[in-house]
Amino acid sequence: MKITDASMTRFGRFGGQFVPETLMQPLKELAEAYSRLKADPQFRGELSALLSNYAGRPTPLYLAKSLSRELSRKVYLKREDLLHGGAHKLNNVLGQALVAKAMGKTRLIAETGAGQHGVASAMVGANLGLDTEVYMGEVDIERQKMNVYRMELLGAKVIPVRSGSRTLKDAINEAMRDWAGSYETTHYLMGTVAGAHPYPLMVRELQSVIGTEAREQILDAEGRLPDSVAACVGGGSNAMGIFSGFLRDEATNLIAVEAGGRGTSSGDKIADHGACLNLGEDGVLHGAMTKILQDPYGQILESYSLAAGLDYPGVGPELAHLVEVGRVTPAIADDGAALEGFRRLSVLEGIIPALESAHAVGFALKDPEALGEITIINLSGRGDKDLTTVMEHEGRGGI
Amino acid sequence: MRLAEAFSRRPLLIAYICAGDPSPGATVEIAQLLARSGADVVELGLPHSDPIADGPVIQAAAMRAIEAGMNTDVYFDVASKIRAEVPLVFMGYYNMILRRGLEKFAGDCADSGITGLIVPDLPPEEAGPLRTACEKAEVDLISLVAPNTPTERIPYIAEGSGGFLYLVARAGVTGARADLQESTKALIERVKTPLPKAVGFGISTPEQAAEVIRAGADGAIVGSVCVDLISKGDLAGLEDLIRRMKAAIREAKSAEKVEKMESARI
Repeated sequence: MKITDASMTRFGRFGGQFVPETLMQPLKELAEAYSRLKADPQFRGELSALLSNYAGRPTPLYLAKSLSRELSRKVYLKREDLLHGGAHKLNNVLGQALVAKAMGKTRLIAETGAGQHGVASAMVGANLGLDTEVYMGEVDIERQKMNVYRMELLGAKVIPVRSGSRTLKDAINEAMRDWAGSYETTHYLMGTVAGAHPYPLMVRELQSVIGTEAREQILDAEGRLPDSVAACVGGGSNAMGIFSGFLRDEATNLIAVEAGGRGTSSGDKIADHGACLNLGEDGVLHGAMTKILQDPYGQILESYSLAAGLDYPGVGPELAHLVEVGRVTPAIADDGAALEGFRRLSVLEGIIPALESAHAVGFALKDPEALGEITIINLSGRGDKDLTTVMEHEGRGGI
Repeated sequence: MRLAEAFSRRPLLIAYICAGDPSPGATVEIAQLLARSGADVVELGLPHSDPIADGPVIQAAAMRAIEAGMNTDVYFDVASKIRAEVPLVFMGYYNMILRRGLEKFAGDCADSGITGLIVPDLPPEEAGPLRTACEKAEVDLISLVAPNTPTERIPYIAEGSGGFLYLVARAGVTGARADLQESTKALIERVKTPLPKAVGFGISTPEQAAEVIRAGADGAIVGSVCVDLISKGDLAGLEDLIRRMKAAIREAKSAEKVEKMESARI
């Protein structure tokens, strides 16, 4: 018996289920439960109520007047930074945690890089009464002490990952290893549209609320669709969330802004960027065929970005597919462009963006012509968490 | 030697080592030592940066091996120098194979004396292209069955498997465990296939190896314990362990025969 027809788990030639046999049955059970629940009125009602009353949806679509004036075009910001927790991550974790509960799981595990998904998981674990353990690379724990404390305050346990490069990719490895032995009681709450089926599909659908809202809001405000939608891409969950609302609107250019880091070269073990859609090659990482950063032998490279949330050597398989078929335009903003976006948006609009989202803003500042007359930038998170990073970068020392 | 021929002398002891740990040269000698001490098949792991099916012991060995210069080219060079009397089996992750090219990888296996491949992150749903390449190169692609594999799925997995079927003894990752679970014995019974059945994941003592043979397995696979001894430089301990394991599974098998004969007499 095949678990799933391989064609159902793919986006073109990307995606699939490249996982140990031990994970095939848990993935099947998850796919079936999710598929059943998403059509269930009670589940939808519960999720919708939590998204409104706990998370704070809908988020506004804000016309950034000063930024628009500066770029000589209308720039709207989709304000996911205003969502509870300060980033779009909660949309996904609320949905998955409800699925986990319906499946009778009592424990959540999650991976986190910058800590945003870990914090969102810890929030939902506290809210829904599920034990939550978050795998986090030792290097990231050191970089993101504040978020580690937030997770602990919310009652989650943060498990330091000492294997490999001790960053996000290793935290995902460790979460997958845990799940292979704990799936009977535990749901693996993956934070992005990467990984084996059904994660890329499920996370995109749970994040699609961003795009659904944004499309209605822009039609209300402008009476027409935007010429472009820009979003930063690490794994790609905020990008797929907003893009999914506009996929059928062929005239709207969907721009995926990846981390250019400190350059486009790659060393033996570390790439200077996180730009898989732009510079990656076909490969298998964390259960999916996608575009990855790797050496000539297939060893996974460490990625680099000032924004921890974009510091990932893979990308969601659906994005790899959408780029390949020409529906999504890959773009790059490096650390410098992101810092420029971070500062300019703060000064112009009184909004401090997350360093991740600042990549999309930085790209807009750098290449406004690419945006057309009306654009939406997905402001996926707020920048409070990044103040230390930016201060250190400016040589002011951390807090 | 093809795996089918090796399995004609069951029960088999299959020993895993991580190629390149502590060095490529040492791996050749260690593989020969395993064969000399009683391993019937040597499983040669190609280290990967992200080994999601492996526990801490093999993860650490992979990191050391990569540091020591192991890569796919060196791997095949090491494999071709082993020239042991027993079959060599590749174990490694799919991205390393994909990167080299499926046909080239399978061909390099055949050319360097490797007769089978175990790819823990390649379920049969995704294995079609590599299986085709393996058939062409006349090497076996060995499939894995897990304790949570539904019984009705087992024939689908077995159908695509060459050489033998790898029964994963327990959920989770590789690494020594004190106890052998009831679910392992249940799995051995649930798997009905003409292919030989070898059990791995968590076997670290002669008693455990004997236990899986008594439960009906055709082979016992030991990995992390070998890697651990190698990391401590204890090759004498490794040789001793392999000898004791081989003796234990032989004894378990002959005891089984005696039991069968006795029950036949009654």
